[in-house]
Amino acid sequence: MQQTYQNKSFTGQERILELPLKKAFSIALQSIRVRFWRSMVTAAGILLGIAFLATILIRARMDAAGIAQGLLPKPDPEAMAAATSRNTWLVAMSLIVVTVGIANSMLMSVTERFKEIGTMKCLGALDAFVRRLFMLEAGFLGVIASSLGWLVGTLIMVIAGGFSKGWPVVGAVGIMGYLETFVWCVVIGTVLTLAATFFPAQKAASMPPVMALRSEI
Amino acid sequence: MATSSEYIVRTKDLVKIYTMGSTELRALNGVSVDIKRGEYLSLMGPSGSGKSTLFNAIGGLDKPDEGSVFINEVDIAQLDAAELAYLRCRQIGYIFQTFNLIPVMTALENVTLPMIFAGVPSDEGVERGMKLLDTVGLGHRYHHKPTELSGGQQQRVAIARSLANDPAIILADEPTGNLDQRTGTEIIDLLRKMNEDHGVTIISATHDPKMLSVSDRVVHIRDGIVERIDLREDLDITIGGIEEHH
Repeated sequence: MQQTYQNKSFTGQERILELPLKKAFSIALQSIRVRFWRSMVTAAGILLGIAFLATILIRARMDAAGIAQGLLPKPDPEAMAAATSRNTWLVAMSLIVVTVGIANSMLMSVTERFKEIGTMKCLGALDAFVRRLFMLEAGFLGVIASSLGWLVGTLIMVIAGGFSKGWPVVGAVGIMGYLETFVWCVVIGTVLTLAATFFPAQKAASMPPVMALRSEI
Repeated sequence: MATSSEYIVRTKDLVKIYTMGSTELRALNGVSVDIKRGEYLSLMGPSGSGKSTLFNAIGGLDKPDEGSVFINEVDIAQLDAAELAYLRCRQIGYIFQTFNLIPVMTALENVTLPMIFAGVPSDEGVERGMKLLDTVGLGHRYHHKPTELSGGQQQRVAIARSLANDPAIILADEPTGNLDQRTGTEIIDLLRKMNEDHGVTIISATHDPKMLSVSDRVVHIRDGIVERIDLREDLDITIGGIEEHH
């Protein structure tokens, strides 16, 4: 009796794990849409952090391209090194702040959904499924917000650079140069968002269902 | 096999202890209940009696400190997380006092969610979901979100959801607790109908006296032990007796 039951449950488990990625996608999208403004606040944090990163990256590229093509005067190497390390420091700090901010809002989002998560677990959701929902949601937010962040940062820098360094310098960076910063921004933004979401998602997933049902918020 | 199928759920000497500071509270103090397949069983008791703790232990939602719960003769303490999830998904349907529908999903999506977890193909799920919504009388409101439905309607959706994977057991935790008298009666009648039509075992934690008349047996819990078990035959007599006094 026990044997047949466990065999059955094993095959069942395989099917459970396999299917719902497409569904998980739509559930994650739905929950961003429903909590639109909350999601936008989280996204705004990512967006601003990545916009700042984009301005720094693009300015560095403008300077490099401008100097290489003789559009800008060769700077003092010592001053340039100092500026680079200061920028690195600033970007790192801003990204840390952004990461902590995302972790905070994801924790809130988990707390807010205790009951929902508990219900899903009662209905047979595996830990992995709950974790996947949160990670997918974070993934969407990360990609969209960092893309927009790159756009904002790039626009600001192109306009500012055009006026202060001259428009030829803006052009000297080249399409590939801008695309490369785009890839960096999206990768860094998404990875940070996922990293910040990992522990909140883990917390949600490992909660025993009864705990989730008990909390009345 | 045939011999094991008489009881769908058995609990053996369940003990659950909650420690609050330095004091120990024995929420369950040796509870053994055997529940027959196809039975409509009510767990009655005042709040703090251990009723909910027993209910959660039976549903595999909480682990007892001592004793065992057997579902289909399987000791659920022996199951790993995935097997427990499987059990909750296929064997047990849950109904809650606060309905617990997923707010971002429509009635139909709520009903089909357990089917997604069970790996049922989407088309088949939708078809079955619509059929279940029809059964509970809400087929025409399948696209409504929970916030657009009344309490009674939400509980009907929850009943349809609990039947999604054709479970052997439905666990209902105070299913009428948040409903008015009339709606409560409708929900109880619907549960009874599901019990009769689908042969699903219904275990309901309640302190709603309306539940008494439809239950096959009523288990009274007090201070963490089974105080007494009433059979329906006896109950009818008792209720008659009370009425005579009036």
